[in-house]
Amino acid sequence: MKSIIPEPMIPKPFRIHRKLKETHDTYTIELESTNGADGFPFSAGQFNMVYVFGVGEVPISISGDPSIPKMLRHTTRSVGTVTKAILKLRSGDVLGVRGPFGSHWPVNEAVGNDVIIVAGGIGLAPLRPVLYSFISQRDKYGKIILLYGARTPEDLLYKKELEQWRGRFDLEVKVIVDSATGNWRGNVGVVTTLIPRIQFDPLHTVAMICGPEVMMRYTLKELQSRGIKNENIFVSMERNMKCGICLCGHCQLGPKFVCKDGPVFCYDHIKELFGKREI
Amino acid sequence: MNIVILESDHLQILLDVLRKRGYQVIGPTLGDGAIVYDGLNTTANLPIGWTDEQDGGTYRLKKRNDKALFGYNVGPHSWKKYLLPSELRLWKIKRNGNSFQIVTENEATQKFAFIGVRSCDIHAISIQDKVFMNGQYIDQHYKSQRKDTFIVAVNCGKAGGTCFCVSMNSGPRATFGFDLAMTEILEGENHYFLIETGTELGAEILREIPHKEASEKQKCAADDILKNTAEQMGRSMDTSNIKDLFYRNHEHPRWNNVAERCLTCANCTMVCPTCFCTTIEDVTDLTGEHAERWRKLDSCFTMDFSYIHGGSVRSSIKSRYRQWITHKLATWIDQFGTSGCVGCGRCITWCPVAIDITEEVDAIRKSEPVSERQTTEAVEIKGS
Amino acid sequence: MQTLEPYLAEHPFLEGLEPYQLKIIVGCASNVRFDAEQYILREGEEATNFYIIHQGKVALEIFTSDRGPITIQTIGEGEVLGWSWLIPPYQWHYDARAIEPTSAIALDAKCLRAKCEEDHDLGYELLKRFTHVITQRLEATRLQLLDVYGVH
Repeated sequence: MKSIIPEPMIPKPFRIHRKLKETHDTYTIELESTNGADGFPFSAGQFNMVYVFGVGEVPISISGDPSIPKMLRHTTRSVGTVTKAILKLRSGDVLGVRGPFGSHWPVNEAVGNDVIIVAGGIGLAPLRPVLYSFISQRDKYGKIILLYGARTPEDLLYKKELEQWRGRFDLEVKVIVDSATGNWRGNVGVVTTLIPRIQFDPLHTVAMICGPEVMMRYTLKELQSRGIKNENIFVSMERNMKCGICLCGHCQLGPKFVCKDGPVFCYDHIKELFGKREI
Repeated sequence: MNIVILESDHLQILLDVLRKRGYQVIGPTLGDGAIVYDGLNTTANLPIGWTDEQDGGTYRLKKRNDKALFGYNVGPHSWKKYLLPSELRLWKIKRNGNSFQIVTENEATQKFAFIGVRSCDIHAISIQDKVFMNGQYIDQHYKSQRKDTFIVAVNCGKAGGTCFCVSMNSGPRATFGFDLAMTEILEGENHYFLIETGTELGAEILREIPHKEASEKQKCAADDILKNTAEQMGRSMDTSNIKDLFYRNHEHPRWNNVAERCLTCANCTMVCPTCFCTTIEDVTDLTGEHAERWRKLDSCFTMDFSYIHGGSVRSSIKSRYRQWITHKLATWIDQFGTSGCVGCGRCITWCPVAIDITEEVDAIRKSEPVSERQTTEAVEIKGS
Repeated sequence: MQTLEPYLAEHPFLEGLEPYQLKIIVGCASNVRFDAEQYILREGEEATNFYIIHQGKVALEIFTSDRGPITIQTIGEGEVLGWSWLIPPYQWHYDARAIEPTSAIALDAKCLRAKCEEDHDLGYELLKRFTHVITQRLEATRLQLLDVYGVH
């Protein structure tokens, strides 16, 4: 007899291999399938539903390297019951994982273009897989520019990697924080103010944005004023998700289902919905 | 199509045949002061000689002066009670060292025969079929339940006070999606059903029940009844260009007006035969060794529905009502290629403050300058 | 002075000015350099100059007694530092500290104010350009106030 639910509704056990502290409230967990052999292929920008035994399940984007499917990585901030429970787990503990779900960043479509990645706060997590992909095929792209805004210098994710990337001659990395005390030597301000400071070919540039909706809204305006076309701008949207497979109705954004049509959308396809209130 | 006559006394045989074939027979019956759907043992369980009076926020049972078996309209229940159960366990999980083991529930084994499915509800079922069986992922529970469902439609002999199936092109005559369809006719002492066959299985079952050919006169009588019903609709809705009407009125003073009345009680989503949203609930026992996952019907009228860390996307009442009606009448069309409304009128009847979906559409439509309406109509004509 | 004119003509802030207007501005300009950690201006002091940053990075700071200096904005190449020189009583509202070795062009405030009073076309043109800078700054401040990355 067949199960009543499609296979993607059944969590698979994954063991925590390592837990890395990123900031005071944000951790990256590295997960391995408990049966060892299975990899976890995914595309940059996709998300998983992560289940903590008896506590509940939340959608979390995948923050690891798509070319290393054996190591599944999630970066999560403890803001709710489930994410707080995740951060209490230790190496060796087991989580349930369903996925990967949703659309992905246009990594292949961007080949031959300049690329601007604009991340705000935890929004860098779903964009990190993009950076891994770009760096592994660096010669296929024009300029690669990462603009990353965070609350304070203490809230920056992936500090070591950011420093490595900034040290490369073929990446332009600009980091900015909303406020800082005296010993921070980097930029202070909002991430949108970095956009006038960069050079790129507007007609051959693909932009990818992820962060709080209001940050994306102003980033879009700034990118548009620099001449990037709507069809070359991609954003990652967030809505409540329960099933991940377009059956529960929670993640609607107007006529779109964020779990299936998103989370990554071409801005041109949702420009009528973007910024609409309480939609 | 061959149309036959089934005497009302022989309806019991249909129920018996279906039961013998392993169906659990479900149909309308009196319960909780309304006509609801429940198991039918005999035709005596049907609301014989009863009818209902419906209006905004009003539902009353009333005695008819005849012995009609289906002389009423739809009540608070719809067939999703059986096809999309309000609570369903998806799996059980057991801790196993520091890993776990999941046991999933198996496909349904119950076979349902629905007696007295109205045309609006057939449309509703076909809309949910699109939601659960036409996408990238299939809801197996729904599919297995649907696969074995036998549908006996009843064409409506009268329209209710909140009915508007004619506007939605979904009734009152059942035109598809049934195994058998009946029109009830009462002419003095004569009480019979005109039966139309929709599927081979329907025909096979019909062969086991005494019946005779329908005369032209009898067919005409049925047509007259349905024509009459179509003219009696308690409500109507102008659906022309309705998707764009909602898309261009995301901001509109009417939303504040309806928000002052709406209690966000979620009744409309519960009685709606197409509303399909569900949530997931994980529960655990006291030992912490066992947990279960349940799927439960949910409503877009709750604050939790759109909650993401930090708050609800739709925290105002106006936004939640707007989401519901816009989904039903506009975004549904983009999502599933069909309206999400079948004109059954349940949301109007069962709204405690009598918010009326047809009235809300009308208010928004009439508020637009005539020039705008004319332009869109002109485009429509040009496009068609 | 001859070396400054072509540079100023191309600077995004002054781009497109009439040649005679540019000449007036060049007449009030001088080259300046600041070492890292050097304060360029301090809160409460008279606003005698404004600066067009050529190279380097400058932090605008507010000093707080409990947390020390808080950086509220950084300004870099191609941007403009200071608008208090335009508005009486011509006093700086914040501290500005070079956080990298910074070269800039200083424009003498008194000189420029006098020229603007004489030539309202120039004054209006400069005000439009400063309004743009101030608007951008205001928008950024509002976004910072929203604390969009915080847990709410």
